[in-house]
Amino acid sequence: MSGLAIALVAVLAAAAVVIVCLPFLREPVVEDDRLDAPTAEEEQRLTLAEERDRALAALKELEFDHRTGKVGDEEYRELLPSLRQSAAEALRALDRAQSDGEPA
Amino acid sequence: MADLGRAALVVSFGLALYAFVVGAFAARLNRRRLADSARNALVVCFFSTLVASAVLATALVRHDFSFSYVAAHTNRTLPWIYALTAFWGGQEGSLLLWLLVLTGYGALAVAMNRRLLRDLVAWVVPVLGGIATFFSFMLVAVASPFNVQTAPVDGAGLTPSLQNPYMVAHPPMLYLGYVGLSIPFAFAAGAMLSGRTDERWIVATRRWTLAAWTFLGFGQLLGAHWAYVEVGWGGYYAWDPVENAALMPWLAATAFLHSVMIQERKGMLKVWNMVLVALAFELSVFGTFLTRSGVVNSIHSFAQSSVGGWFLAFVVISSVFSLVLILWRLPLLQAKTKLESALSREATFLYNNLLLVALCLTILWGVLFPIVTELVKGESRTIGRPYYDFFLRAFGLPLLLLMGIGPLIAWRRTSARALLKSLTWPIATALVTGVVLIVAGAGASRPGLIAYTFSAFVIAAIVVELVRGTRATGSLFRLVGRNRRRYGGYIVHFAIVLLAIGIAGSSAYGTNVERQLRPGQSTTVDGYRLAYQGVDPIVNDPNRTGQYAVLRVSGPWSGTLRTGNVTYTGFDETDNDVGIKTDWLRAQDLYVIADFQKGSNVVFFNVLVKPLVNLIWVAGIVFLLGALVAMWPDAREQRRLVLRLAPARA
Repeated sequence: MSGLAIALVAVLAAAAVVIVCLPFLREPVVEDDRLDAPTAEEEQRLTLAEERDRALAALKELEFDHRTGKVGDEEYRELLPSLRQSAAEALRALDRAQSDGEPA
Repeated sequence: MADLGRAALVVSFGLALYAFVVGAFAARLNRRRLADSARNALVVCFFSTLVASAVLATALVRHDFSFSYVAAHTNRTLPWIYALTAFWGGQEGSLLLWLLVLTGYGALAVAMNRRLLRDLVAWVVPVLGGIATFFSFMLVAVASPFNVQTAPVDGAGLTPSLQNPYMVAHPPMLYLGYVGLSIPFAFAAGAMLSGRTDERWIVATRRWTLAAWTFLGFGQLLGAHWAYVEVGWGGYYAWDPVENAALMPWLAATAFLHSVMIQERKGMLKVWNMVLVALAFELSVFGTFLTRSGVVNSIHSFAQSSVGGWFLAFVVISSVFSLVLILWRLPLLQAKTKLESALSREATFLYNNLLLVALCLTILWGVLFPIVTELVKGESRTIGRPYYDFFLRAFGLPLLLLMGIGPLIAWRRTSARALLKSLTWPIATALVTGVVLIVAGAGASRPGLIAYTFSAFVIAAIVVELVRGTRATGSLFRLVGRNRRRYGGYIVHFAIVLLAIGIAGSSAYGTNVERQLRPGQSTTVDGYRLAYQGVDPIVNDPNRTGQYAVLRVSGPWSGTLRTGNVTYTGFDETDNDVGIKTDWLRAQDLYVIADFQKGSNVVFFNVLVKPLVNLIWVAGIVFLLGALVAMWPDAREQRRLVLRLAPARA
């Protein structure tokens, strides 16, 4: 191996070691080294937020499908209340979960 | 410099192994700094692989024949651009490209999601690290591109069929597609390993999947055009196992892109989506195995060696890993809602998925059949074109029809009356098209007629959908801007229709005749008059020898057409350099292959007239446009997703 190649490999290896060790060099001592994974409550909030978005998107989609003629007036009148109810329930559930999670 | 390349690969292997082992350890034990360290290892792995790639590229361009790989795949007369394409012209270089793209994609994907999805990324890193470990191990221990030798005076040269401008873009494009499918796979596996099977992994990988799918689709079209202009048999797709190897993951990814929308909207098909994403990834590795192992005969298997066994083992291990993960997480993947009606948008997506997967598995069986018969009966039996053509029609035509019906059906449910009302214009357009075609004499080919009428149906359905949507929103731009993914998808549907018309036109309504001509003689084929004027030999070209027949053409296209045989320096075989002239008004090609007879001035000409074939290449451009529209970032959606995910991170 030529001198230049050895020097380049040494630089590459040293840079790799420094970058890999960077999290420990930056924070040699930490109080909490856990991954900030969502707690059970946060997971539940996330699920409820997904359900809320899904319900609102379904409502929006129904409106659009009705305006473009894919859904007839009769079907629209039939589907709208249940979708509105689902969206309202999802919003209420999310609000409840968020207020439960807030510090008193 | 070979030492530098080899050392850089050893560093890459070490970093990938670290990301794999330490990353898994950190995620399992919930250690933040260790997980960050593993993530950094994956990012640095890309840079060390980049150094190794730069060393190989430099050696190729400089014709450094002390590298065995360079001597085996280039020679001094090779233009520098083809010397560079030799990077992916051989086995070892292709593996290096795999690793480079994988680590590049991986580094970018984990860096982009490191803050919002830290817990998920912690599990994604070891999955990507595991894949990178396999490829870097292969490069270090099994198929190194940095083996050295005493430099010979000249190299063996690059396979002649690879000396084509398309080879500059086609293989890297396919690799960007193949390898890109590792990202959704890694996030899906990460979601299952972490037990967080909500929508976050889908949101994080949506554009990655679209990008990989686009590269794979466009790469295949580039390959088809390469086969058309370079291989010189008059076709563009031969159902070759290696061609099929790229088509299968694309079909699985297409199914996934559709079914994932059902999960986003209805929370259904979670298991199915995991299966599809794993299938697409496994098929992409299987494709590399097919290309590199030599277990099947293919014109694309440019390099064959013992790496096949390693790849097969990797495919088996990763398939078992995926299966076990899905079975383990089945309780988390249960749907909360059910399909409400067989007449709904989600139902059409489901039918589309079944057809796409059926087509994919049918092709897989065709590819595996020679291997299975070899193992069972001791003699390899291949499946021919009629098998593939039959199933392409059986599954492809209903798929085409669904592309027209799907956009006009509402989510949840649609009444038969509303559907029929929506379909009035498309059905009328299809019927009129069919009648006009029969009257015009195009009824001779039933598949062609069906493909054309179905295509008219789909185009009319897209137009109806756009017109109604524009009326509802007041502006076409507003309509597309509000849902880029959907309308980008419709542009892609239009590209598929162009593809179907091009395939049907060129195969069902084409002409293929053979003529023997001496200088001064002429013939007429489908309105083209071809007058053979004489031979024009190649002179003063150090890279090629050969001769061209010069034809004077008049008719739909007028001018001089040259078609000949070429032998590249260092190779014995002679290749066709076909003459192609395009009549853009009809999207039609005049395609002439010349076969010179030794000791005679008679030339055998194979003259093909291929109507509408150019729509296939136009479809490629439209496909790219549609994919770009679908991928274009949507600031409103981004804000909504950040707001949704933010509480979980607060």
